[in-house]
Amino acid sequence: MATTSTSDAHDDHAHDDHPLPHGWRRYLYSTNHKDIGTLYIIFAMVAGLIGFLLSFAIRLELQNPGIQIFPALSAVLTGDGSVDGAKNMYNVFITAHGVIMIFFLVMPALIGGFGNWFVPLMIGAPDMAFPRMNNISFWLLPASFLLLLSSMFVDGSPGFKGFGGGWVFYPPFSSLAGTPGPAMDFVILSLHVAGASSILGAINFITTIFNMRAPGMTMHRMPLFAWSVLVTAFLLVLSLPVLAGAITMLLTDRNFHTAFFNPEKGGDPILFQHLFWFFGHPEVYILILPGFGIISQIVSTFSRKPVFGYLGMAYAMVAIGVVGFVVWAHHMYTVGLSLNTQRYFVFATMVIAVPTGVKIFSWIATMWGGSISLRLPMIWAIGFIFLFTVGGVTGVVLANAGIDRALHETYYVVAHFHYTMSLGAVFSIFAGFYYWFPKMTGYMYNETLGKLHFWLLFVGVNLVFFPQHFLGLAGMPRRYIDYPDAYALWNWWSSVGAEITAVSVVVFFYVVWEAFSKKRVAGDNPWGVGATTLEWTLPSPPPFHQYETLPRISGSDH
Amino acid sequence: MADGHATPNHDYHLVDPSPWPLVGSIFAFTTAVGAIMWMHGMSLFGLKMGAEVLGVGFAGILYVMFAWWSDVIKEAEHGGYHTRVVQISHRYGMILFIASEVMFFVAWFWAFFDASLFSNEAIQEARVAFTGGKWPPVGTEVLDPFHFPLLNTLILLTSGTTVTWAHYGLLHNDRNSLKKGLILTILLGAIFTCVQAWEYAHAPFGFQDTIYGATFFMATGFHGFHVLIGTIFLLVCLMRVYAGHFTPEQHLGFEFAAWYWHFVDVVWLFLFSCIYVWGSWGAVIEH
Repeated sequence: MATTSTSDAHDDHAHDDHPLPHGWRRYLYSTNHKDIGTLYIIFAMVAGLIGFLLSFAIRLELQNPGIQIFPALSAVLTGDGSVDGAKNMYNVFITAHGVIMIFFLVMPALIGGFGNWFVPLMIGAPDMAFPRMNNISFWLLPASFLLLLSSMFVDGSPGFKGFGGGWVFYPPFSSLAGTPGPAMDFVILSLHVAGASSILGAINFITTIFNMRAPGMTMHRMPLFAWSVLVTAFLLVLSLPVLAGAITMLLTDRNFHTAFFNPEKGGDPILFQHLFWFFGHPEVYILILPGFGIISQIVSTFSRKPVFGYLGMAYAMVAIGVVGFVVWAHHMYTVGLSLNTQRYFVFATMVIAVPTGVKIFSWIATMWGGSISLRLPMIWAIGFIFLFTVGGVTGVVLANAGIDRALHETYYVVAHFHYTMSLGAVFSIFAGFYYWFPKMTGYMYNETLGKLHFWLLFVGVNLVFFPQHFLGLAGMPRRYIDYPDAYALWNWWSSVGAEITAVSVVVFFYVVWEAFSKKRVAGDNPWGVGATTLEWTLPSPPPFHQYETLPRISGSDH
Repeated sequence: MADGHATPNHDYHLVDPSPWPLVGSIFAFTTAVGAIMWMHGMSLFGLKMGAEVLGVGFAGILYVMFAWWSDVIKEAEHGGYHTRVVQISHRYGMILFIASEVMFFVAWFWAFFDASLFSNEAIQEARVAFTGGKWPPVGTEVLDPFHFPLLNTLILLTSGTTVTWAHYGLLHNDRNSLKKGLILTILLGAIFTCVQAWEYAHAPFGFQDTIYGATFFMATGFHGFHVLIGTIFLLVCLMRVYAGHFTPEQHLGFEFAAWYWHFVDVVWLFLFSCIYVWGSWGAVIEH
């Protein structure tokens, strides 16, 4: 990315003999961006495993027509083994799976984890701008996660435990009429706490990037991962407070008899959907933009070329962020919007395909004529580009209000957003994990095992989600525990994919365990001359405080 | 303080490890659980103690805020950690915080305009039956915007000038003007809150079971809550002035209190013009 005078960087060891925080206080009271990043990554792994197990139970249930798994699960977890209890728990699992994967896996891993670790390293900063606030951004997450998990075991809709209305929380099911029990209030307050965590984190990232770049690290020399986190942080600061307002209205409607979403008192349940998606649509870019940044770094590193069209890549993300705020109602084509409103949202939504196309084609152009080495992170990155493109083109299909009439709330939508999120965002997480694991830990993993992990997950998730396009086109609706026999074939294959995915999860944890037990020393830069960003000039793992003398960036090679 | 380091060759503030983020999160969790127990009358170990749990959680949050910001003030006043570059960071932080607050109010204004502009949307039969296709809903008696609300507008605008007077006093090292300006601003803020409380108590419409009351009380209520926070913020600044804090060159705490106060002021102007004046146009006014 940039030529630096890095002789100072290695002198950082000299400072390490000063007393540093150690023991449990080092992590619990941490004000160090790398330690907090590590906490985020561990948290995301735990939450992601729970979120995965929830979806695995769903796929086991759907493997065959009929209701098999959930009566027993419901009997064990809530003491209600009835068929209705099973149906309710299925929907509670769907809801928790969505919320956990979004708020407690992807966001903590990409923004909290890799953002904390590598934004300061890449821009030449000794730490984040607000190191103490950084720590409350993290510690609010376990509090929020506990609230969400608690909601699954307290009263929800009459006679049942937990809230089963999906991660979108639409009233009236989330109102007092649909879910009188406290389960919904646990979900609402969980999101308030997670939202506060993310807003504080976003303020920290923007301030760090604007004010703590090393001398010579101009905005237009900044690595694309830092750009991606910057745009993401703006989306967070501007969209999350609107969600906070919406769920506060829900809370007062439920507990203090306000009338925001109650049409009999002049309210409007569609208002909630507008407010929710004004947050929710930027949220999906929040989930994917940091992944874009990671993929840009990796493709450049392993093609040994600067990113093709650097400025276009940076401003494509800015454009995605800006346009992402004015497309929200494409989630609401079937609620009775006027045709003109629908026309506008179709058009605006399709516009987003342009900057997204800029990104896809620029990644390909970066590889074009490059000296490509197919190391593990590069394989994940190429997998990401393929999978995200599939999810992108089905997104263009769904952007059409006319087609969405037929596909709304079908498995086609499920397939679409899992191709962008669970395949796109999660592949970018694994790409980043394998790219930076040597830097974060100082150890090298077993590349062959990592490739086994990749191929198992790649085959597994494609088998899970590709057939769901067929199911959706055939009209299979989302969020049901059972289906007619006509849908049996592709559901069976989809569940086989989930079983392969489960094996890949085990392999992943084995790869991590193996790397820590073998302790193969990675060295400062295991990736060679393609890795030009500042973090590779530091030791692996970097010293507790890096850049005590700031690096100077004197040129740019893009 | 910076964990015994040799002075690094940069001006950033590498903050010492601190217990407050963890303790604050624990109390945030306690507050959330207490609030739910209280709202649903739930019991723990056979005891209905939602209000108590909520109280402990909230008191804990207040304590953490006090302790945390005390640390910040110590670092600024005695540690010398707030170098020029660190001060710029704090400015970015405060601007972004206010930006997020603005977006929070966007949600409440959105609810208001959804109800007031679309009170007669044909496909929403239940709503039209309730509102009679009019805003304010037919039969709603409203507040006279040019009575107490106009007075409150003048009070807040005046408080904007007094806080600027205090700021000029601080910049010119005229501590007397600084104190007078701050005291006046705090008094005006307190009067605003009292007038608002009186008007709430005498409002001709209720908070519950009507969209008019919901949008009115939640939007103006959150604004009132922000006035309260802003007043406390200014009060802390006044106490710090008496403690000899702030110099003409460095007084971020005061500046941020003033920024926050202006933000609260601007939100009020939108509330006044949209909800009080436009939103009650042509309706029956209570006298």
